[in-house]
Amino acid sequence: MLKYAFKRIVQGLITVWFIATATFFAMHAVPGDPLSGDKALSDKTRANLEAKYGLDKPLMTQYGIYLANIAKGDFGISFTQENRKVNDIIREHFPVSATLGILAILFAGAGGILWGALTALYRNRLPDTIIMFLVILGISVPSFVVAAIGQLSLVNINDLAGVSLLPIGGWGTVWHMIVPSMVLGLGTMAYLTRLMRSSMLEIISSDFVRTAKAKGVPPTQIFTRHQLRNAILPVITVLGPSIAGITTGGFVVEIIFAIPGLGRYFVQAVQQLDYTVIMGTTVFFGAFLVFMVILVDIIYGYVDPRVRLE
Amino acid sequence: MSDVNYTQPDGEESFAKAAGKQLLGFGLATVVFFGLLMWGLQTLASMVGSSTVSAKAVDAENQSITIAIATEPPQMDSTLATDASSGMILGHVMEGLLRNSMDDKIEAAIAERWEINATQATFWLRDDARWSDGEPITAHDFVFAWRSALKPENASEYAFLLYPIKNGRAVNEGDLPYTELGVRAVDDQTLVVDLERPIAFFDKLVAFPTYLPIREDFYNATNGRFGADAWEMLYSGPFMITSWVHGSSLLLERNPYYWDQDSISLQQINIGYITSDGTAKLNFFKDNKIAFTTLLAENLTNAMAQRWHIERTQDGTVFFLDFNHRPDHVTSNRNLRKALQLVLDMEELVYKVTKLPGYIPGESLFPTWLQGVEDKFRKEYPAPELILDRDEALRHLELAKQELGIDEIPELILLSGDNPLSSLQSEWVQEVLRTKLGISVKIDKQIFKQRLAKMTAGEFDMVLAGWGPDYDDPLTFGDLYASWNKNNRGLYNNPEMDRLIEQAQNSVVPRERMETFAAIQQLLFDDVAQLPMYERGVTFVIHPHLKNVKQRVIGASTDFTRAYIDTTAY
Repeated sequence: MLKYAFKRIVQGLITVWFIATATFFAMHAVPGDPLSGDKALSDKTRANLEAKYGLDKPLMTQYGIYLANIAKGDFGISFTQENRKVNDIIREHFPVSATLGILAILFAGAGGILWGALTALYRNRLPDTIIMFLVILGISVPSFVVAAIGQLSLVNINDLAGVSLLPIGGWGTVWHMIVPSMVLGLGTMAYLTRLMRSSMLEIISSDFVRTAKAKGVPPTQIFTRHQLRNAILPVITVLGPSIAGITTGGFVVEIIFAIPGLGRYFVQAVQQLDYTVIMGTTVFFGAFLVFMVILVDIIYGYVDPRVRLE
Repeated sequence: MSDVNYTQPDGEESFAKAAGKQLLGFGLATVVFFGLLMWGLQTLASMVGSSTVSAKAVDAENQSITIAIATEPPQMDSTLATDASSGMILGHVMEGLLRNSMDDKIEAAIAERWEINATQATFWLRDDARWSDGEPITAHDFVFAWRSALKPENASEYAFLLYPIKNGRAVNEGDLPYTELGVRAVDDQTLVVDLERPIAFFDKLVAFPTYLPIREDFYNATNGRFGADAWEMLYSGPFMITSWVHGSSLLLERNPYYWDQDSISLQQINIGYITSDGTAKLNFFKDNKIAFTTLLAENLTNAMAQRWHIERTQDGTVFFLDFNHRPDHVTSNRNLRKALQLVLDMEELVYKVTKLPGYIPGESLFPTWLQGVEDKFRKEYPAPELILDRDEALRHLELAKQELGIDEIPELILLSGDNPLSSLQSEWVQEVLRTKLGISVKIDKQIFKQRLAKMTAGEFDMVLAGWGPDYDDPLTFGDLYASWNKNNRGLYNNPEMDRLIEQAQNSVVPRERMETFAAIQQLLFDDVAQLPMYERGVTFVIHPHLKNVKQRVIGASTDFTRAYIDTTAY
């Protein structure tokens, strides 16, 4: 077990190094100049700025310095917010994205498993048809549409009620989190519902369920012990990467609901060619994703005794 | 499906019932779990003491308003700030020697009087001007800030605005030590500035954020983090930032030490939301969460349906079609440019294509709001009249082909922004040139930084470009096509233009200067150095109780400093 974890962590580090390297060179290959702005710079000012950010050095030297800094956990200073460290940006904004993301994934996971089990139980009957129709909608409608509709309906509900039932944006209390996390988790929930449904259907018709029924095991036990538990496995498999996906992919929801998450910085940095923030957030998110995948693999070992971690 | 024919219907029915009940139990448990989780998080959040945005748009009881801004101010060190968002906040929390008044004139601020002659400017500071910690604001604070803006190692992008100060450029380029800068504090209340050369609009420059004061001992105590957080700034203006949650909110509260208390009526400006999404902001406005928002084109009908009071104005920026004048591009040919000028109808663009309120068709690089000698510049010196004429255009096109020695004009590359409005405009240009002149245009959409990079590298024939003013003098636009100006990315090079610009820069006689600008305006037209497209408009809605909000062309905009709440108004 320990040996396995160690091996996976080493593999993970190599993956992160690869992500860092690929991002570094891709970023420098993108046309455009991180120092350019509305007004052109004088040669002297440009030279001073280049010196400040180390852009005057050869590319390979920059790469070396940058790898050494990452090893120390220092991502440098932002190009656009000149007196903020990238580390501070991540430290201040990642918890917001993470809170939102975890809530969204809990919502998606719980909803997906429940709806999936329900549809499998009532397959080809009315509840199944309705839910599966909504699931198709949930998968195919992009999050910016869901977010906009979600916010607009909230405005109208508040308007009808005459008081603010729930805030339509901003951040600070739990009330601010409810609607954005639901919007953020909706797509994943729809996906998980489908996954859970087909996985349940497979289990329902399996031999051990039939045997259990023949033995006269009470239906409640068959349902929870034999069906749900086994059907949940594939859901857990995709849960890990989708945690990372949701936590990092909240950009649109963050903008529409005015939430100070890291996703905004991630996307804006690319548009503004803010080298240090691009590198910092990509490496951070990359490491996060790798970590989640390893974690899921280890959890898998506990949920399914057939999986041996070696 | 794998579930066909495997068990009898009635057995399944009872199983489904039992399992369904259990599932319901799980569902209820999940709901309870989420309830508990929310409760736990709320308790946790209140323990950490994070911010709560629940304020009303306009709160007359507490004299407080809530607004939203598009982006977090990236740079609150006034010597380094270049963007509109930082400028807007700085305009509320800082004040310099002079300021822009509510009727767009220069008025006394920290300096109670001033004198500017050909070689020197003297400012006498008022003795009741105080920093937000109660210490007096002295002439030394200005000397420190201006030197700091020009120090080469600080690499301030707006340092050039201080070049009119004696030795300003030399200090900025590292040729002279900063102590040689021509500014000195004669005593705590008198600031004397030696000028590099006579300058007609130094008072207007002094109102710019780069000229704001910074106190040396405070700056040094922040260890290079000056302006990074609310407690790492010292305020000289009517408000001070008392809370700043990055990316989320800023709270501006009345500065008790501000000298001009009587002109301020609000106690609090709560910037509760930071989002660049215009529709989201409109939703906040509709939900009575914010008191002001600008409108996007797509929200306009929605806003009108609500019967809100919609206001419009211009933001001061001029947009134009800029040409690549490098000799290896066909657009360096004047007859070709003339042909384009004669068919592109900017009134059609503004009134029939983009159809946005507040936008004005472009006639000149010098926008309508610029001040001339006594009246507006454009009233005193109207833009040259353009008579559209397709036949004439075709004649110029033939001439161009002869001069260039080609049979057909090659496909022109039009560099454009990646937003919907730019797309609409570039497609219009493409269509007009195709139908009227038979010239094909290829649109090259790029994000801002990449468009700048392509402009600098000269990889375009035409580009949709814009220029915003720094100070209220025609020179802020007028020197754009000087051969030495780095913002002249199409490399327009005309000795006559250079001569006129130098003349405008060196003269201090108002009438003579304005005539020079009129000559520049004429030359730009005759030589078709560029094609003015439009002056950008802004449309916005304001809470009916909030009065005296100022939309500025120059300086911090939108300006809420002198706003007040009138609950009787509707």
